[in-house]
Amino acid sequence: MSQTMRTYLMFAGVAVLIIGTGLVQSWNSALLILNMGLVSAVMALGVNLQWGIAGLFNVGVMGFVALGGLAVVLTSVAPVPEAWAAGGLRAYAALVIGAATVVASVMAYKRARNAWLMIAILIVGFVIYRGVRDPAVDAIEAVNPAVSGYLGGLGLPVLLAWPVGGLLAAGAAWIIGKTALGLRSDYLAIATLGISEIIIAILKNEDWLTRGVKNVIGLPRPVPNEIDLQNDPGFVESAAGFGLDPTTASTLYVKLGYSVLFTAVLIVLLVLSQMALNSPWGRMMRAIRDNEVSSRAMGKDVTFRHLQVFILGSAICGIAGAMMTTLDGQLTPSSYQPLRYTFLIWVMVIVGGSGNNLGAVLGGFLIWFLWVQVEPMGQALMNVITMGMADGSALKDHLQGSVQHMRLLTMGIVLLLVLRFSPRGLLPER
Amino acid sequence: MEFLNALVTLANFVLIPGITYGSQLALGALGVTLIYGILRFSNFAHGDTMAFGTMSVILFTWLFQSWGISLGPLPTALLAIPFGIAVTALLVLGTDRVVYRFYRAQKAKPIIFVMVSIGVMFIYNGVTRFILGADEQRFADGERFIIRAREFKEMTGLDEGLTLKTTQGLTVITAVIVVALLFWFLNNTRTGKSMRAYSDNEDLALLSGINPEHVVRVTWLIVSALIVVAGTLYGLDKTYKPFTYFQLLLPIFAAAIVGGLGSPLGAIAGGFVVAFSEVGITYAWKKVLGYVMPESLEPGGLVQLLATDYKFAVSFMILVIVLLFKPTGLFKGKSV
Repeated sequence: MSQTMRTYLMFAGVAVLIIGTGLVQSWNSALLILNMGLVSAVMALGVNLQWGIAGLFNVGVMGFVALGGLAVVLTSVAPVPEAWAAGGLRAYAALVIGAATVVASVMAYKRARNAWLMIAILIVGFVIYRGVRDPAVDAIEAVNPAVSGYLGGLGLPVLLAWPVGGLLAAGAAWIIGKTALGLRSDYLAIATLGISEIIIAILKNEDWLTRGVKNVIGLPRPVPNEIDLQNDPGFVESAAGFGLDPTTASTLYVKLGYSVLFTAVLIVLLVLSQMALNSPWGRMMRAIRDNEVSSRAMGKDVTFRHLQVFILGSAICGIAGAMMTTLDGQLTPSSYQPLRYTFLIWVMVIVGGSGNNLGAVLGGFLIWFLWVQVEPMGQALMNVITMGMADGSALKDHLQGSVQHMRLLTMGIVLLLVLRFSPRGLLPER
Repeated sequence: MEFLNALVTLANFVLIPGITYGSQLALGALGVTLIYGILRFSNFAHGDTMAFGTMSVILFTWLFQSWGISLGPLPTALLAIPFGIAVTALLVLGTDRVVYRFYRAQKAKPIIFVMVSIGVMFIYNGVTRFILGADEQRFADGERFIIRAREFKEMTGLDEGLTLKTTQGLTVITAVIVVALLFWFLNNTRTGKSMRAYSDNEDLALLSGINPEHVVRVTWLIVSALIVVAGTLYGLDKTYKPFTYFQLLLPIFAAAIVGGLGSPLGAIAGGFVVAFSEVGITYAWKKVLGYVMPESLEPGGLVQLLATDYKFAVSFMILVIVLLFKPTGLFKGKSV
């Protein structure tokens, strides 16, 4: 079977799975799976660019995804004028001071080769930073803490947040790449794992920026509201034409709207990735991945190329994160878990086929489908297992109650099986 | 008097917690370092192995408690540790047999091992949550304090109290015993010497007739013992929650790398470096400084460098500093 044939068959299989969900469960859940599958596919593309094509082991995906979410808040939410008046400029000035301190200390070390000067700059800068930041932050957080207590965003259209998410993630990736790239692969892994935890800690604790664990809800949406649709007589009429009641029709319509937007983004990114992969640039990246020493000998700037591809891949993850937060309509920093947002994406890439963009997309859909459907399947399995047990027995209750943890177990087993028996994934690299 | 008060406050909030946390990290980092030295990969499943091991200790503790067995003032969990180690060792050896051995025979790249360990991490995590759930568990019993703050104040007449929890004392004593045993084993027994030889130079070790599978098995056994002890002590001292244990991965790795991967002595030093930096940077120094400094210079704020929630940032910063300036770690581990 040729590779093209195999690709078509695999994608047809995924389509059957999703349409099957629509027929068996409901079209709403099918579209939910499709939408998050699209987002996951974009994330998987980003990771595939880093790992599959360049061989960089980045386990900080969660951090970049969260930065994308932050971008949605910073771009699209309406600003809170009272908070801005209370200390908005001062808070951002503090950030600038902090950044300037770090830059100055790095310069001191690099140019002047003077460690003491660097330490002195760091200490003085830190004191000034805290001196400017603390009163500003207190003032902002004191403004009506129940509903706002933060600066809000710029009030721009939410679709603009997606590229902004990519830019934010790219900026973070540049900083990380500058410090951590060039290390041995598993050191880079640990460094990126640490960065992602720090980004989440910032989102959780900097209330003036993100409202922290109080969450930002009711983010603007690029698609109409369900309620508005239901109150629109024209829409109700056309829904009746399809034989649907207004409520179902409106939810389906909204979800389809998201699907169209996400598909557009995925197709654009996929086409770009394919072009990149097959260009001289892509061949060079793979050459670097396969043999760093010989590529260096051929005059390729390996460190720079690694930095470049690390930034690109992270930016894609940031875009996906912004898309996801838009879909959710809220930013909940405490919902970011590394197992879900970093390691699950890795399972997608490896199962799909690292090095093959279509494979990564396939893995995104397939693993997301599994992730969602393992729970009902596990429930059914548990019902069979516990059938013979007496109702209300402790063991039965326990088994029924732990069905949700089947997900992690299944993902681990899938990953190990693929790594063992089909290490190149479902759609291997050509 | 002022100075003594400052000293007691410092001991109460920085020294004692730092030493305790440092011992726990050191035990964890020893496991990472041993696996890195012998099996040559960074084991991402370490935190979840710890969670699994501690879970089995908790289950045995509950069993003993239901039988009415206790150690009097000491926590019952101590009695359960050997059983927990046995269960964890079985699991880990089974994993090695089913999963890792295949890749060893293939001589797979370290990065493949890391990925495989991520798969193992998922599975351990799932199993732990499946059996005990994802919630916090308390399993400490027995006497809670060795020294209480009030008693200390009455005894010494100082303004500041000093608390020493049983679990803190226990952690340090246990860690010292375990580490002493480990070093004795590595330096004096035949197997320990062959482990060090294998870690130094695999090919030479194989030539001199060392059985690699035996070395690997013993390594996993030691690692499971270390990790169960570390996990149980951490759980007794603070609290048990699977996700917290997963997050401990970062400071543990930081400790192992700071000390120099592959160097057991380095892992211990690294554990304390990380622990004291974390505690020191996230502690509000106002009280201590208030006692030491003259009235006029007393600080107005809390003098807390970073909020407690940023403690991961501390291990990360240490990691970056070490990687940039001394990539082999303090004790000349394997190079980057």
